[in-house]
Amino acid sequence: MNLLIGTFTIGCILSLLALGVFISFRIFAFPDITADGSITLGAAVAATLMVRGVSPLLASLAGFVAGMLAGATTGTLFTRFKINPLLSGILVMTALYSINLHIMGKSNVPLLTVTTLATQSERVGVQLMGGATSFNLAGWDVSVRDASVLVAVALVVALTGVLLYVFLRTNLGMAMRATGDNVQMIRALGVNDANMVVFGVAISNGLVALSGALLAQYQGFADVGMGIGMVVWGLASVIIGEALVGTNQVGLTIVGAVMGSVLFRLLVAVALRWGLSPNDLKLITAVFVFFALVIPRFLRKKRLRNAHA
Amino acid sequence: MLELQSISKTFNPGTVNEVRSLRGVSLDLAAGSWVIIIGTNGSGKSTLLNAVAGTFFVDQGHIRLAGREVTKWPEHARAKLIGRVFQNPFSGTSPSLTIQENLSLAARRGRRRGLGWGLKESLVARMRDEVGRLNMGLEDRLENAIGSLSGGQRQALTLLMATWLRPELLLLDEHTAALDPKSADRVIDLTEQVVTREKLTTLMVTHSMHQAASLGDRLIMMHRGQILHDFQGAEKRRLRPDDLLARFEDIRRAEQLDESAALMLAEQYV
Repeated sequence: MNLLIGTFTIGCILSLLALGVFISFRIFAFPDITADGSITLGAAVAATLMVRGVSPLLASLAGFVAGMLAGATTGTLFTRFKINPLLSGILVMTALYSINLHIMGKSNVPLLTVTTLATQSERVGVQLMGGATSFNLAGWDVSVRDASVLVAVALVVALTGVLLYVFLRTNLGMAMRATGDNVQMIRALGVNDANMVVFGVAISNGLVALSGALLAQYQGFADVGMGIGMVVWGLASVIIGEALVGTNQVGLTIVGAVMGSVLFRLLVAVALRWGLSPNDLKLITAVFVFFALVIPRFLRKKRLRNAHA
Repeated sequence: MLELQSISKTFNPGTVNEVRSLRGVSLDLAAGSWVIIIGTNGSGKSTLLNAVAGTFFVDQGHIRLAGREVTKWPEHARAKLIGRVFQNPFSGTSPSLTIQENLSLAARRGRRRGLGWGLKESLVARMRDEVGRLNMGLEDRLENAIGSLSGGQRQALTLLMATWLRPELLLLDEHTAALDPKSADRVIDLTEQVVTREKLTTLMVTHSMHQAASLGDRLIMMHRGQILHDFQGAEKRRLRPDDLLARFEDIRRAEQLDESAALMLAEQYV
């Protein structure tokens, strides 16, 4: 049961990553791999600040802002300097590796003795439960710490999802969506599409970095290598989400990305339980995304061929 | 209203693909006039429209619009003054957004876009009215994605979007060329209505000699990046499609003459 709760918690935390990837890859069709660096950036900034005694909430928000700066840099490389989007992301991601090491001062910052959002929500949880450290849920013994962290993370994700949904329906948010959809049209309506891309990739990486900040607090450390392969992870979540809810409505796609992230984490946990070596995890993820990208096209071709026959 | 002062544009200069699309075009448009532009393929008529819209900067010359020097304004800045409908019905709308979201984007053309709610009650009510006037049964489908509509419907909506805020200048780039005849007629009807009702200054490129003869109060014929003929007033009103076809035939003969003359000279002197 505790394993299941842990799976849900990480799934929820990484759903912020999935939302970030959704913004760059789906709304802007911008293959932004800055995320690999900015998720670590968020963790590094938040962890370093918390070790210095800054409140966890403030530290997490600082991580978000740092991610936005990273994303804005990628967007600027693409729009102002006309560098290919993939390369823009690679450049910033590579630079972030050094920057992250500078921020942390070493390759790993432990948070075990520091007040984090995890320890704070645990304290609130224990208080609400009248001092108990575990409770019984349908016959299972559940630790209050794990449950309260999950509830806290779920609240953060729900709040972020709602804010994102509302934002995408404001004048600015609609202009952003239309920029990814049809640049010619949005220019003809007086929108500076370059600014939209910079801003959109910034928000995307802000969310990714926030996800990293929360992840560091949950697992109790920030590590310079924690971002490797995270873009593919987020993409896998988005693809699963789209398979679950379709792509017709913004609100549904946001819910889908969150569901996809949790479900993907669940699949991974099951696979690991069945004896999949953790070393093979990224390979399997990459292969999964490959098939998820190829199969729909293959099916469409087949359907077309059948329609002609 | 619109003043073009000998504007020139060469694409891919200095390469084998060099194209001199505009060669010193000058044009003065009175406020409220509706100018039709026709011309052979590659004559520069669409390039002229794009130069005005700011899709690219001209190499030489000046563009003044509504009393402002806009030669160096980027495309999105000029959009404050200009409404546009493109040839491709897919170009003017955002397919994954709904009809009402597209319209609400148009309702802020050239204005600041902040965190205000995009779909205000009053705006949606006006949308229902205006979309209803298109007579396409779309007023009950405002929440459908535009991608599900036909080319004619999308073009009618693009026209509505381009004129939602009264533009100083309306640019129509063969906006019915990709439509079936019935939809094309409908869109032309709507164009005539809005241009006359709002007294819009309009530049319209067309392939249809019928449209060229029946619409507008001035007609410009382009060839090889230059203005060849400029019919105004009574002269424009007398023009029939056959007259225009005859002019095109003249151009074709002149071209042939040029080529055969060149050939003859080559044979004699080379």
